[in-house]
Amino acid sequence: MCAAVTILTTIGIVAALAGETVNFFREISPGRFFGGTTWAPTFGSNAEFGVLPLINGTLMVAAIGIVVAVPLGIGIAIYLSEYAPKRVRTVLKPFLEILAGIPTVVLGFFALNFVTKVVLQTVLPDVEVFNALSAGIVVGIMIIPTIASLSEDAMRAVPQGLREAAYGLGAGKRSVALKVVLPAALSGVVAAVILGLARAVGETMIVAIAAGNQPLVSFDPREGIQTMTAYIVQVSLGDTPTGSVAYRTIFAVGATLFMMTFLLNYLSHRIVSRFREVYE
Amino acid sequence: MAAPAAVLGSADRGARRRRERFFLGLLLLALLIGVASLVTLLVDVLRTGVPRLSLDFLTEFPSRFAERAGAKPALYGSLWIISVCTLFSVPVGIGAAVYLEEYAKPGRLSRLIEVNISNLAGVPSIIYGLLGLAIFVRLFALGRSVLAGGLTLGLLVLPVIVIAGREAIRAVPPSIREAAYALGSTKWQTVSRQVIPAALPGFMTGIILAISRALGETAPLITMGALTFVSFVPSGLLDRFTALPIQIFNWTSRPQSAFQATAAAGIVVLLVVLLTMNAIAILIRNRYERKW
Repeated sequence: MCAAVTILTTIGIVAALAGETVNFFREISPGRFFGGTTWAPTFGSNAEFGVLPLINGTLMVAAIGIVVAVPLGIGIAIYLSEYAPKRVRTVLKPFLEILAGIPTVVLGFFALNFVTKVVLQTVLPDVEVFNALSAGIVVGIMIIPTIASLSEDAMRAVPQGLREAAYGLGAGKRSVALKVVLPAALSGVVAAVILGLARAVGETMIVAIAAGNQPLVSFDPREGIQTMTAYIVQVSLGDTPTGSVAYRTIFAVGATLFMMTFLLNYLSHRIVSRFREVYE
Repeated sequence: MAAPAAVLGSADRGARRRRERFFLGLLLLALLIGVASLVTLLVDVLRTGVPRLSLDFLTEFPSRFAERAGAKPALYGSLWIISVCTLFSVPVGIGAAVYLEEYAKPGRLSRLIEVNISNLAGVPSIIYGLLGLAIFVRLFALGRSVLAGGLTLGLLVLPVIVIAGREAIRAVPPSIREAAYALGSTKWQTVSRQVIPAALPGFMTGIILAISRALGETAPLITMGALTFVSFVPSGLLDRFTALPIQIFNWTSRPQSAFQATAAAGIVVLLVVLLTMNAIAILIRNRYERKW
């Protein structure tokens, strides 16, 4: 019975998103939605419904996040799994858990008031107050724990015998970490990165606070952009009447977002189950 | 490492040692950046927020004037929705975990449920907000109420509770169950008097982590239409509400810099509650962790 609730939740999500999305596509063709390059759904008769700027903003923030989080997360994972003494590990693991537990609204505050106003405006004088860069960096910080702890699990699952064989051949610690452990754990590490990417794509509060609300197709991280999630927040905060096209857009955008994260999560599961090296 | 040292020339050995050190240096740098960003965040928030904290901040209503704004409705709102969320998600989540581990026959259905739960854990929280808006607010006509908000968060944290609960049950060794059966217990007696009490610390950690996740969630509540500026305290399940993270978001998005201090004060309150809860969870885990 209780387990059925989880199935019902999924059905509910799909039904809720699909219902309003179908209504939306009855009025706005999918071609106009996915092909258009201008997003201005509230401009009355001049309204435009091209979702590309929102996808562009989402992907740019996620890409910056990944660039920040992958080297840091994997570096921390290698250190924890191969180098750290037991005492250091017992201190660092709770630390990662604390970082993972910080609410994203707090990270958003940090992105705007520290990363943008204290760091970026000093280093890059022409950066805008709301910009993709600071949101991306902080999204990266947010997904470090995901990438680090899942990658570490994968590395610790590599059997000790492989490491000892490499040492026996005269390899140093660095070669063992990079040429034996990392390749052996690669499927787990890649899955962790994809999971991190999915979280970055779905992240809402950091971008809603720090990345601005300008739906532009731009590749300049110093400018403000708008992500899919930030758009949903923007509409939810306003007084958009229920049943209007603008109201339905949040479900269409939400469905697009759901599909993207669903595919990423699915891919991550597949990689783990398909390419995992099994040792006895 | 005597053997390679004997084979390699001393110049090679020196280069090799430098490379090893350089690599370890890079790893430590990654760690340092990670730790430093968390420390910077905490210091920044404390420095801005603590001077603004006072008893009035906790007991006053929000205001247009940053110096007088308080978080009372937000605190009450958070308390309300967390209660609803817990009352819903704990029984359902523990029930699902017990069913999946103790009763479900392995087969397509239980595999489907399993895949489904891990998928749900990966759904962005804002999507749960859309779900809450479509199902609870509109279909069930609960309005943008405490009840709708609590249930939305309840669904959001359900996978956390189920996954932690299953792990806790799995950690109870089969010998305990077999001993109970050998004494003539029924299935239900075994589960309710042996397995569940033995798994209780694990349940508790999962529940505390789930509640602290729900406490910090902002996006789903905004999406389902929680208020951002409230001058009353909810008095029932069907009242409208705001919550502490939403109030923080509202203050952060104001242009006046005085409100940033108010936001930081709100964050300090939120973080103190969350870190306390996390600490309790870690304590429970360390205290009651049993090796069978």
